[in-house]
Amino acid sequence: MIKTVYSKGKLVAKTGNEVMAEAMRQIEPDVVAAYPITPATEIVQIFSQFVADGVVKSKYVAVESEHSAMSATIAASAAGARAMTGTSSQGLCLMWEMLYIASGLRLPIVMAEVNRAISAPINIHGDQSDTMGARDSGWIQIYSENSQEAYDNMIQAIKIAEKAKLPVMVTTDGFIISHCMEVVELYPDQDVKIFIGDYKPGRYLLDTKRPYTLGSIDLQDYYFEHRYQLAQAMRDAKDIILEVAKDFEQAFGRKYDMYEKYQLDDADVAIVIIGSAAGTAKVVVNELRSKGIKAGLLKIRVFRPFPTEQIVRDLAHVKAIAVMDRADSCSGGFAPLYSDVVSSLYSAGVVTPKVENYVYGLGGREINTEHIAQIYDNLGKIVSGLQKSSNQVEYVNVRIK
Amino acid sequence: MANLKELSKNQERLTGGHRLCAGCGAGIVARQAMIAAGNTPVVVTSATGCLEVSTTIFPYTSWKTSFFHSAFENSAATCSGIETAYRSLKEQGKITEDIRFIAFGGDGGTYDIGLQSLSGAMERGHRMLYICYNNEAYMNTGIQRSGATPKGAHTTTAPAGKSQPGKEQNKKDLTEIMVAHHMPYVAQAYVGNWNDFITKVQKALAVDGPSFINILTPCRLGWNYKPEDTMSLARLAVETCIWPAFEVENGIYKINVIPKEKKSIEEFLKPQGRFKHLFKSENAHVLESIQKDVDLRWERLQRRASEACNI
Repeated sequence: MIKTVYSKGKLVAKTGNEVMAEAMRQIEPDVVAAYPITPATEIVQIFSQFVADGVVKSKYVAVESEHSAMSATIAASAAGARAMTGTSSQGLCLMWEMLYIASGLRLPIVMAEVNRAISAPINIHGDQSDTMGARDSGWIQIYSENSQEAYDNMIQAIKIAEKAKLPVMVTTDGFIISHCMEVVELYPDQDVKIFIGDYKPGRYLLDTKRPYTLGSIDLQDYYFEHRYQLAQAMRDAKDIILEVAKDFEQAFGRKYDMYEKYQLDDADVAIVIIGSAAGTAKVVVNELRSKGIKAGLLKIRVFRPFPTEQIVRDLAHVKAIAVMDRADSCSGGFAPLYSDVVSSLYSAGVVTPKVENYVYGLGGREINTEHIAQIYDNLGKIVSGLQKSSNQVEYVNVRIK
Repeated sequence: MANLKELSKNQERLTGGHRLCAGCGAGIVARQAMIAAGNTPVVVTSATGCLEVSTTIFPYTSWKTSFFHSAFENSAATCSGIETAYRSLKEQGKITEDIRFIAFGGDGGTYDIGLQSLSGAMERGHRMLYICYNNEAYMNTGIQRSGATPKGAHTTTAPAGKSQPGKEQNKKDLTEIMVAHHMPYVAQAYVGNWNDFITKVQKALAVDGPSFINILTPCRLGWNYKPEDTMSLARLAVETCIWPAFEVENGIYKINVIPKEKKSIEEFLKPQGRFKHLFKSENAHVLESIQKDVDLRWERLQRRASEACNI
């Protein structure tokens, strides 16, 4: 249960989509360009009502596709505006080409993204295949366990994007968070506005006194340097994210990091997970702890940039780890989060933990405490030598012949 | 009508030194459009294509005005995003001056891959001018057929061969598609008549809403003719009524250039290598069908223009 941590905060009952829209109302960007898609539709629907009612000064562009949504958002940002959008699943897929352009041009766009399975077969429910596919697009990715985090992440994302000169997507799990009503603490409009500050673009297209060309053709003599700068900006963004989190804690009282540790420091067995299922896993951790089992959890909040060095420090002592992916990479090998966790450990010379990979919840498939308890049980057996470590992806709650 | 003496005082915002081919029509279109805008600040967007790659080779630029490119199919959506940012910032008092917006695209980026983006932006009513520099094929990637390629033309993806006389289909009528958007201003123009084009750009920029100009822009490589013939060739397209110069202001048609004597299509087709095969005896029927089609369309356009006169 969420409690107020900020003296001027107000507890309200809202869905994930509603709080995303609330954050956008408070941020009050100059331009929002978006196209509706389940389960993210409500965000832009609510926001366009704010525009229609004159509650915000923002202009809303009801474009004819997600490709144009991202194109217009990129253009508005390049023009010198604070620009935002929102989407999900197929919409994100249609934006694909433009995602790379947003980051390549170093534009501080913020996007509310609701995680949903991708076609085929068509499915509207929550999994993280959409944003996991965009993990190399040069966007900062911040995932949320619940509506409170979604709201807080949106507010921080504006500052992060503008400091890092990188686009940021803030995600929630489709339906599980987007449509689920929870108690959320909202902060006063004025305090949010003070926190994010005014947007002062450096070079921008509408600056007629200093006209410039953006989006040039960049050949063998410059392209590589520009792409290096982008990769470096992503590495540098780690400090910026922590700095903004610190400012946020000072302003509103909630503490954020690249990831959250839950009973991890002395854990023998641990799960690494992203998003809403972390809440379910925490319940299991509590049950196991009451039985004296040293179970822990690491919940990734920021997946891009990946907290490579930091994560090693907190996982090195764990005897067996289950990395749970709500997306499959169809790589013939392992799923995205697993690959990043294992390469982080191995590159730091940490090879003692047994690391398992579980893919779960595709297309909104149920994941409950029994499933997660079973995974902790497997880890325990691996630690005591009763079960061998798996060398392949294991699938949770799926019918396999 | 534009006045040459007055225009000569306007600043040049597309400088020389760009890498477009000798005789390229696209550079002429862009330069004249910028001169037409006078001294009003303009932000330009462009689809990926010859104009964009040849004028913005990093770290250089030919543009003395803000220029933005992001992808191939989205010049219109991009321009609409900048125009929206402008309206937002202007209303907030963060920008005080008047700025105009021009989106460029070739026929590939306009007729085909960018049609949805263009239709969406025009329907939403942004105050922007979209100029399609129409050279009737995908020239930047090496002369592949487009929806604007005329029947019978040889391209690398609809080549003339033993069993096929070049492109078998008619070009789509994009200008009419834009007219169907009920926009305040739609026009067809051609390289080789600066006064007609510049006047059209000025009219379009004066309109408080979306506007569209489709300008026939010869490509000496793709059309395969001598670079010095760009202007005369485009004029022949108008004199043969293959490409009539007309405008539609708030739904009212007006033909801007009525040829004194309507020339036969051969006069336009013959100087171009892309139509060479049509002059073999076995392809006489193709020439015939092109002439028939041109006659039909010209009559239809004249009817529309005369209806306008009778209002």
